[in-house]
Amino acid sequence: MFTVNRRDFLKLTGGAAVVGSVVGMPSIARGAGQKVVVVGGGPGGATAAKYLRMANPNLDVTLIEAGQKYVCCFLSNEVLSGERTLESLQVGFDGLKKHGVKVVIDSVVGIDAAAKKVTTKGGQSFDYDRCIVSPGVDFKWDAIPGYTEADSETVTHAWKAGPQTTTLQKQVHAMKDGGTVVIVAPANPFRCPPGPYERASQIAMYLKKNKPKSKVVILDAKDDFAKKGLFIQAWTKLYGYGTPESMIRWVSAADGGKVEKIDVKTLTCSGPTEDFKADVLNVIPAQKAGHIAQVAGLVDEKGWCPVNKKTFESTKHPNIHVIGDASDAATMPKSAYSANSQAKVAAAAIVDLLAGKTPSTPSYVNTCYSIVGHDYGFSVAGVYKLDEAKNSIVSVEGSGGLTPMDTAPENLKREVTYAHSWFDNIISDGWM
Amino acid sequence: MRNKTSIMVLLGGLVLGGNAWAQGAPAATPAMLANACAGCHGTNGVSVGPSSPTIAGISTEYFVTVMTAYKKAEWPSTIMTRIAKGYSDDEIKAMAEFFAKQKYVAAPNQKADAAKAKAGEKLHKEFCDKCHEKGGASSDDGGILAGQWMPYLTFALEDYESGKRPQPPKMKKEFDVVVQNHKKEGLEALVHFYGSAK
Repeated sequence: MFTVNRRDFLKLTGGAAVVGSVVGMPSIARGAGQKVVVVGGGPGGATAAKYLRMANPNLDVTLIEAGQKYVCCFLSNEVLSGERTLESLQVGFDGLKKHGVKVVIDSVVGIDAAAKKVTTKGGQSFDYDRCIVSPGVDFKWDAIPGYTEADSETVTHAWKAGPQTTTLQKQVHAMKDGGTVVIVAPANPFRCPPGPYERASQIAMYLKKNKPKSKVVILDAKDDFAKKGLFIQAWTKLYGYGTPESMIRWVSAADGGKVEKIDVKTLTCSGPTEDFKADVLNVIPAQKAGHIAQVAGLVDEKGWCPVNKKTFESTKHPNIHVIGDASDAATMPKSAYSANSQAKVAAAAIVDLLAGKTPSTPSYVNTCYSIVGHDYGFSVAGVYKLDEAKNSIVSVEGSGGLTPMDTAPENLKREVTYAHSWFDNIISDGWM
Repeated sequence: MRNKTSIMVLLGGLVLGGNAWAQGAPAATPAMLANACAGCHGTNGVSVGPSSPTIAGISTEYFVTVMTAYKKAEWPSTIMTRIAKGYSDDEIKAMAEFFAKQKYVAAPNQKADAAKAKAGEKLHKEFCDKCHEKGGASSDDGGILAGQWMPYLTFALEDYESGKRPQPPKMKKEFDVVVQNHKKEGLEALVHFYGSAK
């Protein structure tokens, strides 16, 4: 068995001349000792680690994640209505260990692209041949005056599932009947584009049953949003949207929804034309790539990580691949399924690159469900291919799109069961 | 030596790419195409449920038939027509061959009612087993029914009953008799029979 890594191997045997032979070696030794370090244990990182080991069991794959368990953001809005427990969103890393992934619970504090080394808060360091960075999003805390990271303990964002999800759920459930929940929705691009509107729907579903005089107001930095037609249709059917009694009010930027200042003491959001007083306030700040991507110099001036769309290798630093929400992978939306799909493309590319081969042609998919009421769900789907000349991910012509408007109730009901299948399978596919 | 390596890689691309290479980018590998399905249908097509069907181990013919029907919107679906339209006939065939090679795993721990399953077994033997052989465990022209996820089977039977999902003439003949003589309870019994298979 080889125990030397590829670079040592090349040194020992006389450098690049041997690369051709490596390609032709029996599979038992293919990639032996080559190291991949994965930073982040969310849907991107976990899936990448698993698929690297599935594609080449000789690779030495280490996944580093700060938490003992990952808490899934997807379907966390169901916790707010009481339809789902926070525990059901938690997933551990034992499944990955069964695939031979080395799991390290620690926080990554640095990635040295020149030395090909990852360092952690706990003082550990890990050499790599290739590194995958999948840190998700971080928040732009200076985006709205009056709202700080410290404030988010009580005026939650709940945009990373965890204690804040529980806090927001408790606040909504403790609110008096007749109260107002205000959700501040961010500018594009951000994690889970339909998420704020699904959140409003899930909260309205709870209020309709338990506190029917209450309201949900969405203050938006935008004039449009994902699946808007479907949401408006659902709100009209379920929550009286468009009538004076509507349980949900959406205030677009054009109508004064862009919040300019927040007073967390009085739970008041000031817009250009109107002040909005909340009983429960939820602020989803504008976003950028996760902290470690910023620290490692992987971001551009917009705050996201530019990548080669064929391999997800950073265009800022070689041998580092950025996937999921942190990457600039437009036109794919920032969703868990996008991260899952990109993880597989990056894993396949890394296996090829480490074997000295040209990465194969990628294929990408996104599917994303929104559950807006009992037995009422809808979806968006996309099949994507690479435009290599433009380094662009493009939708395959004629494919994808939304659940049609005016879909029959039995199909909306089926979409809820498919959403729950999506949830179970994406967790199993990523972590088990 | 470096040139030699490049030529080897180039030749590899030509061989793998086949006809598609001549049109531009080489074809995506079967695994690349198929792995993108796994977020909903499970790793290697083994779904953990509750309503997305397991597609591991189904015949290439059935996979191609189903995906083509979705692509042409000849079968009802919520999301599958939107997805199937993203793939060429060659890509569908490549995915079919990938999934046909994967090991089918029966859905674990389904709550099948024993009495209904027994009634379903009788109906299956009388009306279905001629084509869905081995208690619905085979996949020649059809999908694997034994051990399939019960909500999926229910949806499929509802769509056959409503006429939204077309049936081959021989199937329709048998199916209509089941519905006429055994009503919804008959279809439910079949679901419990297939769902009870390990």
